[in-house]
Amino acid sequence: MAWVWLHRFGSPPYFYRVARRLVPWFAWPALLLCLGGLIGGLVFAPPDFRQGEGFRIIYVHAPAAWLSLMTYVVMALSAAVGLIWRMNVAHAVAASCPKIGASFTAVALATGMLWGRPMWGTFWVWDPRLTSELLLLFLYLSYIALRSAFDDVARADRASAVLAIVGVIDVPIIHYSVIWWNSLHQAPSVLRFGAPTIAPSMLYPLLMMLVGFTCFFAAVMLTRARAELLRRERTAQWIVEALDADQGGPSRGGGRTEQSAASAW
Amino acid sequence: MNELSGEALHLWRGEHHVLRGVSFAVGGGHCLQVTGANGAGKTTLLRAVCRLVPLDSGQIFWRGADQAANLEAFHAELSYLGHENALKGELTAAENLRFATRMRRDVEPGEIRAALERCAVAESADIITRRLSAGQRRRVALARLLLTRASLWVLDEPTSNLDQRGQALLSELLGAHLEQGGVAVVATHQSLNLPQSKICPLALQ
Amino acid sequence: MTTARNPALPASAATRSLSAAAWALVQRDLRIALRRSGDTLQPVGFFVVVTTLFPLGLDPQVSLLRDIAPAALWVGALLASLLALDLLFREDAQDGTLEQLALCGVPFTGLMIAKTAVHWMLTGLPLVLVAPLLAGTLGAPAGALPAILLALLLGTVSLSFIGAIGAGLTMGVKRSGSLLALVVLPLAVPVLIFGARATEQAIAGESSSAALYLLGAMAVLTATLSPWAVGAAVRIGLE
Repeated sequence: MAWVWLHRFGSPPYFYRVARRLVPWFAWPALLLCLGGLIGGLVFAPPDFRQGEGFRIIYVHAPAAWLSLMTYVVMALSAAVGLIWRMNVAHAVAASCPKIGASFTAVALATGMLWGRPMWGTFWVWDPRLTSELLLLFLYLSYIALRSAFDDVARADRASAVLAIVGVIDVPIIHYSVIWWNSLHQAPSVLRFGAPTIAPSMLYPLLMMLVGFTCFFAAVMLTRARAELLRRERTAQWIVEALDADQGGPSRGGGRTEQSAASAW
Repeated sequence: MNELSGEALHLWRGEHHVLRGVSFAVGGGHCLQVTGANGAGKTTLLRAVCRLVPLDSGQIFWRGADQAANLEAFHAELSYLGHENALKGELTAAENLRFATRMRRDVEPGEIRAALERCAVAESADIITRRLSAGQRRRVALARLLLTRASLWVLDEPTSNLDQRGQALLSELLGAHLEQGGVAVVATHQSLNLPQSKICPLALQ
Repeated sequence: MTTARNPALPASAATRSLSAAAWALVQRDLRIALRRSGDTLQPVGFFVVVTTLFPLGLDPQVSLLRDIAPAALWVGALLASLLALDLLFREDAQDGTLEQLALCGVPFTGLMIAKTAVHWMLTGLPLVLVAPLLAGTLGAPAGALPAILLALLLGTVSLSFIGAIGAGLTMGVKRSGSLLALVVLPLAVPVLIFGARATEQAIAGESSSAALYLLGAMAVLTATLSPWAVGAAVRIGLE
């Protein structure tokens, strides 16, 4: 039963259509949840006992950091599926993740640095979280660089899939080694956030932002994956039919706008 | 009973549909001669037969069994000669051959020399291959074919760099191989000087 | 000539044992490395030069040198290991010998382990042998040596196995020097952290067993998992 579902999803036309229908279901909740989370976090949540107002940046920093990691996992999983079952759709999903992930990582780094600045006086601190994020950024960059080094898309897919799988196994090791390293040297830490001591009024906006960011990721990833599929299968017959359906009727030139809008970034 | 067959082989390289439903069958004692213009996919087909390149669809059968089922056993019976000679420049001809043989089985005394003599490069045995001429290197590669004792020979442009006598040698070796019931797949522009009955032509567009 | 005729072709060939084939491969690669001694000694020379450059960039007080010794040794080891990696597969890919390895009917993963082991013998092992001299120039006390050498031994094994993955992935890419570094270095960070920590503790006279155990665990992990990735990467590169 699961195999049937997986293979249905692996069919490019099916994925293309279903993804289009799913995007609004993620995009709107993302917008509403993020708005709600920001209002709750910036306006309603009380200031932190020790850090004052500055801690509020966590409402952007923590979800961004979480998503940067989750994107890598999604990328590695879909790359593995593409490698094992030779599914073009899975490779297209994997190809659309790294830039999103790198952006989340950059946001996490930037917000982390902004957070640390008022407290420590410098922009960069060898905090375990920030250091892990930096290394994750390097992993994303190396993935992107490896992909672009191959001319043949299929080989780029497979080689970067191997790298993604190796990376996803190494990421926890890197993370724990950095924490270990940091604990020995007592470097200052940006995040001192004891989970059991979070007040509900602080926690709920954080969770809203987390879910909102995740929906945002899903919406953007599905859109990029559709654009990626268009690019890969542009000579296939189903593209013409799908674009006609998108335009709501047979028209040749109209297909262009869909493609350029989807691949705008 | 040695037989190699391929059914409806398809392969894409990027957007280029290189192998378009290629099918063939060649039995023991016969040679599949693959012809076609440059870029038609001869090398790709040969590498697909060796499973160096995965096929997008279609199957290849060796001795009636699907080749993909036991690749290692299939490779043990196969010997591939590509555009490159697969010789390390810093090793002598004899050392290269000794290594190639040891990857498959133990070396029997004297057989390296004998193979080199058969291919008329015995005098190059102890010269490092970087100092040999292109023709001599090709002959050493042919000697490697003999030593592998493979049932299936896959040869990609074997005559390149070979002079008249070299090409005659190749025809002799091929003929002897087919005589013993072996199968060969050869991509070449040139005539193989084998009896017509032994050749199955396959022209790629 | 009858003496050179093939014996009757066997109906089915028995496949060669992995250990015999791997041993043949190791011997071949070592023989080639010996004949190309200039190339083979480069990583060690690089290691020596880079590590001794650190003190030149600093005020050569022994106390300061001891502080940077772990970092200098390990960054040097990392970079030296990178240097030899590019050659690991590229040449074999270009002269056709690599695809012959994929075609000889022996498990390819096992052959990848053999090639990585040779890389370690030619890069990691010499580093370990040269390290005592360098540790001295960096102000490390003699008592720290056993731990430092053990750390380098274990760490270079991990570096070889991690690096082999990068070498396999970038095998067919032209001008891939910096790409190889970009791929390998982030993955090798844990080795750097654990190795430098072990060295630091040894120099300070403390017990470095925790870090050494972690290094050992990394070595075992990479040795078991990376050959799969290397084999997959090389096969993709051969297509």
